Amino acid sequence: MSFLDLVPDWLLIHGPAFLMALPLIMAAVTAILPNKRVAWTSTFIVTAILTLTAFAIAIYNAEVGTTIYKMGGWAPPHGISLVIDALSAPLVLLIALMGFITVIYAMPATVAEIKPNKRAPFYAAFLLCIAGLLGMVVSGDAFNVFVFLEVSSISTYVLVAMGAARDRRALSAAYNYLILGSIGATFYVIGVGFLYMETGTLNMADMARILADLDGGSRVAKVAFGFIVIGLGLKLAMFPLHAWLPGAYAYAPTPVTVFLASTATKAALYLLLRFTFFVFDPSYTYVADVLMFVLVGLGVVGMVFASLQAIFQTDVRRMLAFSSVAQVGYMLLGIGIATTASVAAGYLHLLNHAIIKGGLFLALGAMWYRFGITRTEDFQGLGKTMPLTMGAFTVLGLSLIGIPFTAGFVSKLNLVYAAADEGWWWAVGIIMLTSILALIYIGRVLLAAYFQSPPEIKGVVVARNEAPLSMLLPMWGLAIASIIIGIDASAIVDASTRAAELLLGTG
Amino acid sequence: MFEWFSHFNYVVVIILMMTGLYTVFASRNLIKKLAGLSVFQTSVFLLYITIGKVNGGQPPILVKDKSYGTDDDGQALLDGVVQVAAGNESYILPGPGSDVLYSNPLPHVLILTAIVVGVATLSIGLALTVRIREVYGTIEEDEIESADFVYNLEGTAD
Repeated sequence: MSFLDLVPDWLLIHGPAFLMALPLIMAAVTAILPNKRVAWTSTFIVTAILTLTAFAIAIYNAEVGTTIYKMGGWAPPHGISLVIDALSAPLVLLIALMGFITVIYAMPATVAEIKPNKRAPFYAAFLLCIAGLLGMVVSGDAFNVFVFLEVSSISTYVLVAMGAARDRRALSAAYNYLILGSIGATFYVIGVGFLYMETGTLNMADMARILADLDGGSRVAKVAFGFIVIGLGLKLAMFPLHAWLPGAYAYAPTPVTVFLASTATKAALYLLLRFTFFVFDPSYTYVADVLMFVLVGLGVVGMVFASLQAIFQTDVRRMLAFSSVAQVGYMLLGIGIATTASVAAGYLHLLNHAIIKGGLFLALGAMWYRFGITRTEDFQGLGKTMPLTMGAFTVLGLSLIGIPFTAGFVSKLNLVYAAADEGWWWAVGIIMLTSILALIYIGRVLLAAYFQSPPEIKGVVVARNEAPLSMLLPMWGLAIASIIIGIDASAIVDASTRAAELLLGTG
Repeated sequence: MFEWFSHFNYVVVIILMMTGLYTVFASRNLIKKLAGLSVFQTSVFLLYITIGKVNGGQPPILVKDKSYGTDDDGQALLDGVVQVAAGNESYILPGPGSDVLYSNPLPHVLILTAIVVGVATLSIGLALTVRIREVYGTIEEDEIESADFVYNLEGTAD
């Protein structure tokens, strides 16, 4: 690889620690920088460096396989280890890349949405959130994961509340998110405590080894698993635990929504994968039961009900938020079937959905930026007034439904194959049904945009007013990425298959 | 009855945990909810500290040479004394290879971190409550929801 030759050796060796240290340090620096362009520039540079580092680490991982970084030179299981493997490397790249894309978009968006004296703290909180999410993904220590989970969550509460300058409901949304998020994190930490009682270690690989020796462990391990699944379920918006999500997505500042929708629930899903397949194992009966009855059951119910709720929303942001809950259901279904193909499909859908939903919220943010649009009925004539933005929204919306030659089609098709291989034809039927429901809620918006003429205000037809370039570039970047994945998905499918093989030990 | 006392800490933890969780869900006042959340988190701190306690164990620090008595079965708690060269006095070094019983320090360290996290969450929650009070003029959830009722119907802010 020629790209790796350009990367200094120390970055490849210390990359995992660098990924967390850089945004943490720069968050403190950014908080005291002047508010105008300087804070944005510093964040832009940091996220650009993070993206390049994550890219180098992902390529390096594909070449040399799993690398374990010993934090401070202390060997695991006593020291804290940072693990880059086939499961975490794609997610590290995804988080860094979505951070970078969000920052490009955030330049005009924050000017419109954040008060001038709050902009530097906004970027500082944003960097903290990136640091927390990256830390969650690379850490190989169960308690360390909790600390990073809280770093990212607490900065997210602040970021969501900053939407109050635009919509006062952001405050109560942030408050609800704080209450439910803290309960989720505390459940997780109770689970880790019980696991520590059972195994006497906090290192995930060590826990996995000891639990395997104990043949799944005693009742303490079962209780631990229950607490961890519920805690992470709250964080990843598993169906009945998703109450915080629509409010937080709808009323947060638009750059925050973009970043949250594409990374926060994904990092929690990654942890669920890590715990169900890596620390615990589906061969223990209690894990298999939870996969079969809780994850599949709630996933499927969530797919149907959240899609139905999305159809009846008047606010487009809430509509897309409920659609996110439904898409989490697809991923849970993939995890719950628990074959290599299905876990790969779930992981693939996780990556694809991050791209799709991030792009959709970017387009929606651009519409708010130009016309203050949040309601479905305001979409009339947008195909004429904002053709490029609406074009990106259309491509990504079709991808969300799962039209052929888009990313959504690839992951849904893989999920259908995986379910059919196991003979789960009812699951195939439900995937089809919810795709039709997605067609209804996305189609409703597209119909208004393309087949109604722009509204007249005081007798004048609203003129064409396209979004600025720094908004169009990231959104079309994601739209084109979703088409490229739809045409040739081999790279991303290979990555998710490697991740699933690592988890299920079939590689 | 005796069984209950042997798990006394766990009983306290469960009572506190359920009290906290119930307060979070049942009360409609933002401050009371945060108080419930704090109680809930504190119960987890107690749970962890309970894990770290070893029966008859001493704090994991260097101590002067002294006898440790016997446990309930009449067994000597310490068989011998590990001496380390520290001045003229003999010290016992708890750790791998020594016979000294000592409590596990790791859960305490973890809980120090968790306390800091809890303080951060609580302060953000209180700051949000202050802002909500400024904007809505109330900290009762029912009144906040009724104030936003018209907003939610129209689906727009202004």
